[in-house]
Amino acid sequence: MNFEFSEEQTMIKDSVSRFVRERYDFDTRRGIIESDDGISREFWTMFAELGWLSVPFAEEYGGFGGNVVDIAVVMEEMGKGIMVEPYASTVVVFGGLLSASTNAALKEQVIPSIIEGDCLGSFAYMEPQSRYEMSDVSTTAIATGDGYTLNGVKTVVANGGTAHKFVVTARTSGEQFDHSGVSLFLVDATAPGVDVKAYKMMDGQSAATLTLTDVAVDQSQLLNAAGEGMDLIGQVMPQILIGLSAEALGIMATLNTLTVEYSKTRQQFGAPIGSFQVLQHRMVDTFMGCEQTKSMLYRGLCESKSETDAVALAKTVHALKATVARYGKIIGEEAIQLHGGIGMTDELNIGHYVKRLMMINTSYGDGDFHQKAFNQLSYSA
Amino acid sequence: MDIRFSAEDIAFRDEVRDFFAAEYEGAASTPLSDNAATDYKAAIVGWQKKLHAKGWIAPGWPKEYGGTGWTSTQKFIYETERGLAGIPDVVPFGLKMVAPVIYTFGSEEQKARFLPGILSSDDWWCQGYSEPGAGSDLAALSTSADYAGDNYIVNGRKIWTTFAQYADWIFCLVRTSKGIRRQEGISFLLIDMNTPGITVKPIVTIDGKHSLNEVLFEDVAVPTENLIGEQDKGWTYAKALLAHERTGMAEVADSKRMLEGLKQRATTEINGGKPMIEDPVFQMRMSDIEMELMALEYTELRVFASMAAGGMPGPESSLLKIKGTEISQAIHELQLQLAANYGGALAGDLSSNELGHDFAAEARGKYMYGRAATIYGGSNEVQRNVIAKAVLGL
Repeated sequence: MNFEFSEEQTMIKDSVSRFVRERYDFDTRRGIIESDDGISREFWTMFAELGWLSVPFAEEYGGFGGNVVDIAVVMEEMGKGIMVEPYASTVVVFGGLLSASTNAALKEQVIPSIIEGDCLGSFAYMEPQSRYEMSDVSTTAIATGDGYTLNGVKTVVANGGTAHKFVVTARTSGEQFDHSGVSLFLVDATAPGVDVKAYKMMDGQSAATLTLTDVAVDQSQLLNAAGEGMDLIGQVMPQILIGLSAEALGIMATLNTLTVEYSKTRQQFGAPIGSFQVLQHRMVDTFMGCEQTKSMLYRGLCESKSETDAVALAKTVHALKATVARYGKIIGEEAIQLHGGIGMTDELNIGHYVKRLMMINTSYGDGDFHQKAFNQLSYSA
Repeated sequence: MDIRFSAEDIAFRDEVRDFFAAEYEGAASTPLSDNAATDYKAAIVGWQKKLHAKGWIAPGWPKEYGGTGWTSTQKFIYETERGLAGIPDVVPFGLKMVAPVIYTFGSEEQKARFLPGILSSDDWWCQGYSEPGAGSDLAALSTSADYAGDNYIVNGRKIWTTFAQYADWIFCLVRTSKGIRRQEGISFLLIDMNTPGITVKPIVTIDGKHSLNEVLFEDVAVPTENLIGEQDKGWTYAKALLAHERTGMAEVADSKRMLEGLKQRATTEINGGKPMIEDPVFQMRMSDIEMELMALEYTELRVFASMAAGGMPGPESSLLKIKGTEISQAIHELQLQLAANYGGALAGDLSSNELGHDFAAEARGKYMYGRAATIYGGSNEVQRNVIAKAVLGL
């Protein structure tokens, strides 16, 4: 038994960590967010050169052949720098869906371009009415001989303004809330009938609303069998939730460190505020929250790697996302409170870490959503 | 990143499991889980003698003194299986608290004299640390031991002494001199409970039962040969073992078992025609605990893995103590909530049929007595002080 990272994982970790430390300071990040694209293309090319974009992909496509542990290692370090480049959206989610796809031709066509840094991607699933319910799909895909015609609206699509391609959920059969009948299509951002309206999110990342009007998609662009999209999403969901949770862990640890350090220097009543027991105990509680979150992440990693049954793994990743929500909220709020007035300022990095945590919380289901899912799997008479 | 056990470890786990299944059956009477039952002492000594006969009574001890020689992984497996089987831990005062002090800091004569009786459970020990004026602030203790030739003359009061009514021996922290620092001048004494001048007064706790006591010392003569190590250095000896005491306090396996019991009961407790386990609010309360416990299981594994790799249990053992006791209390709370108003009935003579809920009294007792978990072994507030200082550097 061990909780060590392999030599390769340690190398990737060090590589991302060094980049964040040396190249991605807070002012650099602010400059990137204020730029037209909202991301650094230059950095993205460097990520490709450093091999980060190849991490989870199979070697046959030029990938590194990594697993969820490798993804978690990268995401945790990126969290520490709250990087706004769309690694989660492109590599973990979009790339994860393609890796799980049964469409060999499509994979061969797209995955190498992700690894090369030429393809930014995103998963367009949320609709104005759907909230976190992924099978609530009213976007339609009507069969038209050798293809489909897509109509519908997708909102808050991560990285929507810069993505070259989208995996879009659309209903090929069934009613609005049915689990079956949802299909996954690869749709080009420049395809006729695709309207992309981009906007900023509170965490500095970008998103977009996609309006699909009579978009013609060839059947060769289906990721798996028509109507079985939810099964494929289910396969990739542990990786998505683990990746986002690892990013959250990096943020939580950073917020705790910054807060503890600040409390040692900030003087009030003639003493550093960190000498006050009431604050010490609160910082101990946030420390323990971070450790518990890390443990839950490790549980997810260990169970993903071993032959744990699917239900146990699903329970664990629901619990992980709910734990991230619970402690992320506490840690973020305590970081602002213990910083006092300065914690309220846009100038300080604290609020920006907190805002990213908030967006991770609401990505792919918030804490209550996942806890209810956990309850369903765990408790029945 | 891998938590699989080796084939040898799995074989060991099966051996432990088989032994518990075969041998604990006969001892699994109420007294073992009810530490205030009249035949508790006989029951626990009987079970501990079985463990001693098997050679498994003291996994934590070095082999030369009677330990098992297990790897740290085997020790971990043993504790986990014990908890999952619902078997209470050994009474810690002799085996886990005073014995390590004796074999680490005691003389050869003391080792030969005291360790065999602890191993065989023929000698029952209790702990004389807390005093009316020295709780979390243990260094404030004032029980005095004045040097008088061949003896120390001990005067003072110890309190919250678990099972003093059964004890043959008590290990005490006493003040032998007034040092510059309060921690100096404290000595570690072993005292025969049959010595004239010792009075044990029972303390009834909020569960209505008696396991705690006050122990009074009036001119109690203790031979100087019962002093551990050097006079005035007792604080160091006691402190060295605190971290060991705390690592055992996560009790993840015990909590897992309790939680399973809670879920079972929630399927048979009906409210408005529906089992409580289907109540969405109750589900949220259960999963609040279950998720925290799932995480703590891995926190414990992480601490264990670092110890197996040669590390010492450090301040993270305080985290295990805080979270472990908070979780077990939270389970007690839900059990009592499940027991509803029936849980209040002091229905000693009532059959479970007459009350309708056979777990109500147990739920009440566990909840009330369980409040102690966040107070003893260094209160959870003291543990937070430890983490603040040792981990966060505050």
